[in-house]
Amino acid sequence: MGVDLSNTGLISTSGQPLSSGQPLAAGMAARSRVEGYNPDIHDKFFEQVSAELSEKGFLVAAADDVITWARTGSLMWMTFGLACCAVEMMQASMPRYDMERFGMAPRASPRQSDLMIVAGTLTNKMAPALRKVYDQMPDPRYVLSMGSCANGGGYYHYSYSVVRGCDRVVPVDVYVPGCPPSAEALLYGLLQLQKKIRRNGTIAR
Amino acid sequence: MSLEKLNALAERAKTDFKDGILDVAFAYGELTLTVERERIIEIMTKLKDGEHYRFHQLIDLTGVDYPKRDLRFDVVYHLLSLTKNLRIRVKVMTDETVPVASLREVYPNADWYEREAFDMYGILFANHPDLRRLLTDYGFEGHPLRKDFPMTGHVEVRYDEAQKRVVYEPVKLVQEFRKFDFMSPWEGASYVLPGDEKASS
Repeated sequence: MGVDLSNTGLISTSGQPLSSGQPLAAGMAARSRVEGYNPDIHDKFFEQVSAELSEKGFLVAAADDVITWARTGSLMWMTFGLACCAVEMMQASMPRYDMERFGMAPRASPRQSDLMIVAGTLTNKMAPALRKVYDQMPDPRYVLSMGSCANGGGYYHYSYSVVRGCDRVVPVDVYVPGCPPSAEALLYGLLQLQKKIRRNGTIAR
Repeated sequence: MSLEKLNALAERAKTDFKDGILDVAFAYGELTLTVERERIIEIMTKLKDGEHYRFHQLIDLTGVDYPKRDLRFDVVYHLLSLTKNLRIRVKVMTDETVPVASLREVYPNADWYEREAFDMYGILFANHPDLRRLLTDYGFEGHPLRKDFPMTGHVEVRYDEAQKRVVYEPVKLVQEFRKFDFMSPWEGASYVLPGDEKASS
């Protein structure tokens, strides 16, 4: 079922229809004009999996792989915004960078979160609270240290009131450098974490 | 804020408080009065309610440390008069042991400002209802904004795996604090530049 848009002026400014004779489906006009993108060519692996699924109705994989795959796809992150990095962390989950497309959702409760993003300066006074929150998270749990201050004290390294790196208080999986790191950098760090989970993930306790 | 208005204000303050005022200073278009410590409540009450002052807002209250002075601390009050469109700075001098009267009864917001000044400098405030530390860690020792307080403090924290809690330990720096010199060599440094020891010019 196709909607003929050839007379509405939506298809092309040059007046030439894109695919010869074929009326385009709604929404296809803009998509098909991205240079180098052909929606007909799919990823080989994806096609194989898709074909197998449609043919047999099921897939066979190791339980470990399935579980770690599921883990990478549902990283509920504990919002531990301590300073300006928190603003970039919020940015990363906002529509422009949209962390949620990787299955990461903010979860303001340690008991239901898998990942803690330590975003900002960790002070001596906050350190016991941070550890308490980390202790409340269920296994498997991951920590991402975001920004110079959380990585190693950063600007406040010689201060009397700042912890020289949050790895003195909790074990850290991924360090994201920057002051503050951009939302893109954070997103990259999170993808690295997903990679790490795929590589080292296990269901052994 | 015109200088004439501030001049008039200073003259009025002098006639009102006489020898309660120790010093009057104008700098950067601002007026600073240094006043007698014992009369701070009386003077501030007058500045707040007096017909010609109306300094209804206490903008800030903080301390300054001059370690070489006998009375090493200044307590600095910043006041704003919305009706007269004027700002004024009031200072009193004190040291570690002599308390300054709390302004809590005159300006209620002085409460936390005074707690902060106590926390950071160890300035004592008489008749303060709750003179506890405000910002520093629980059980913190020393007053960090004093000039003789070491920048890195005395303790640092880490998580102890055996005790299962965050513990305090004496500071142990892996790398000493480095002092960077940002003076441009092209603008003529006042010392021999590293690597230039043998050069003759």
